[in-house]
Amino acid sequence: MSAPYDTLPARRRKRPRGLGLKLLAYAALCAIGFVMAAPLVWMISTSLKDPTQVVVGRDQWLPRRQVVSRYGPVYSARFDDVEVRGAEIAITPQGRRLRLLEPARLAGRIVTVPANQARPVERLHFEWRNYVAAWKAMKVESALGGLLRNADAFLVFYINSIIVAVSVTFGQVATSSLAAYAFARLRFPGRDKLFLGYLATLMVPGVITMIPVYILLSRLRLTDTYWALILPGMFSAYGTFMLRQFFLTIPRDLEDAARIDGASLLGIYWNVILPLSKPALAALTTFVFLHSWNDFMWPLIVIDSLGLKTLPIGLAHFQGPYLTEWHLLMAASVIVMVPVLIVFVIGQRYFVRGLILSGLKA
Amino acid sequence: MTGSEQSGTAALPRRPWRRYLGSYAFLVPNFLGFLAFTLLPVAAAFALSFTEWAILNPPRLVGLHNFDRLLSFHREGSRLAANDPYFWKYLWNTVFLMFGIPLAVLGSLVCALLLNQRLRGVVFFRTLFFLPAIGSAVAITLLWKWIFQEDYGLLNTWLRHFGIAHPPGWLVTTTWAKPAFIIMSLWMAVGGYNCVLYLAGLQNIPGELYEAADMDGANWWHKLRYVTWPLLSPTTFFIVTMSIISGFQGGFIAAYMMTGGGPAGATTTIMLYIYQNAFQWFQMGYAAAIACVLFGLIFGFTLLNWRLSQRVVYY
Repeated sequence: MSAPYDTLPARRRKRPRGLGLKLLAYAALCAIGFVMAAPLVWMISTSLKDPTQVVVGRDQWLPRRQVVSRYGPVYSARFDDVEVRGAEIAITPQGRRLRLLEPARLAGRIVTVPANQARPVERLHFEWRNYVAAWKAMKVESALGGLLRNADAFLVFYINSIIVAVSVTFGQVATSSLAAYAFARLRFPGRDKLFLGYLATLMVPGVITMIPVYILLSRLRLTDTYWALILPGMFSAYGTFMLRQFFLTIPRDLEDAARIDGASLLGIYWNVILPLSKPALAALTTFVFLHSWNDFMWPLIVIDSLGLKTLPIGLAHFQGPYLTEWHLLMAASVIVMVPVLIVFVIGQRYFVRGLILSGLKA
Repeated sequence: MTGSEQSGTAALPRRPWRRYLGSYAFLVPNFLGFLAFTLLPVAAAFALSFTEWAILNPPRLVGLHNFDRLLSFHREGSRLAANDPYFWKYLWNTVFLMFGIPLAVLGSLVCALLLNQRLRGVVFFRTLFFLPAIGSAVAITLLWKWIFQEDYGLLNTWLRHFGIAHPPGWLVTTTWAKPAFIIMSLWMAVGGYNCVLYLAGLQNIPGELYEAADMDGANWWHKLRYVTWPLLSPTTFFIVTMSIISGFQGGFIAAYMMTGGGPAGATTTIMLYIYQNAFQWFQMGYAAAIACVLFGLIFGFTLLNWRLSQRVVYY
């Protein structure tokens, strides 16, 4: 993997002098890394376990399952001072009745061992079917305006999430960059006052606008539609602000040259400003996409139909009927998490730069 | 404002407004959306807070009644009782969850200091630390619900290993539900955005300062205390401010997914209370009033934080 943070100015601090200090740093990194990784590994591990192996109260990291022979589930026990393995053929008041399989000289013999002395024989086993089960657990009667009928719910959630996140991202980057260009470069009456208004609303928390926007959309009969998910996300003061700050750093000479060549405002915006702003645009894109993809509260408020749910609220809905089926819940969680992680690994360089652009200049 | 010297609007020649049509055209799409989904809603929220509105009937102006119901007290026998005791309880819950902020900030700083070392494999750790912040919060909350599960969860399984015979019922007891929330949010926050901001801050510190400190015979603690920490104070200020702002609005996903706000309201935060009022009980006016009070709190704390920072932040 290439260094994702190579956009940052090179670190000039001296390297730690002693080997001891280095080892200490490694130890600390590994300790924190363990705490960070353990829950995620546990999620994947649970999602791959046989249902019988989930609620056992053991920290079994590698999914295992009891071996089943053609006579029945296999146990190991001590019998006549020998370690034996046998298939359970019945449970009697005296214990488990086993048909011995090993060692060979005892094979076929039927013995009874006390239940608490028979240990199940387990083998590594990944239950991939959990993913299929989670994926197929819920059906949506009609989605995409009737285009999809009786489809797997998670497929529908995926499609919805993609539609919403892509539209919101595209819309916000487009409107923000246009407005940012006007604020950064064009001269018109009221510009600075207007920009101050934008800045002031950066302070306003989302909780304030939530209720009025909901009422507005319900008056327009747009709740429980894609519009309710997409429209409010398409405009942001934040994106405008961030891009304006970036556009201001672009040298004016290039635009002047284009203007002398007879380029229109739109031409300058499209052919000069946008190509030069790729890092900022990429940062905003990654930022908005992840935010929209992970958004929970707003979709929860405006969406009722199963066929319109996005992945986060779809997962919340999935939790209802499968409250204690942890292997399915974890499989579904992995299904929801994976694409975001892929987007992050691809875009993390831009993402981090965007964070720094927005964070330190704000 | 940056750039206003060279392109300010003060010196604009008087021209017919049509000359500026092109400029305004760039602004229109964004401005309309800004108007409809930010500016007007903010105004509407304040207006709404003076009404009683159950969506179906037209809104009714009730003056300050919502705020009276929310914030005032009445006499109950010999003592004062809050008109809405739930609000105060949930406000306390919200503030309690914010006690995790200092730990989260400290943790982020430690992570950033470690990740700033020139060590082999540090990129791997950077990515790993950042994953919790990037993954779907709903999925992560669900994962932690499973980890906190009383009988079979990973955490209690470990605690039993370490000899604690009766580990707490994390999400089902009023004592432990909030600490559980804090643990989860620490896990999500420590290596996330704040850590990246600290990393950027660290990399902006000129190396000469450390060289000068070395010449003065400073050890690593002196350098941390007298060089790194003061120079990072703008970053710390920014992080603390943002954490407080989001802390006041926090806890929604966790409460919704893990506890439903329980047990006995122990994990209901103001955000969940607003959601319940507005979208489950359809008390739009009252919900708007709570939102306005929350906004006031956020604004007040940001201001206070800013005032305090004048003394401790080194620019």
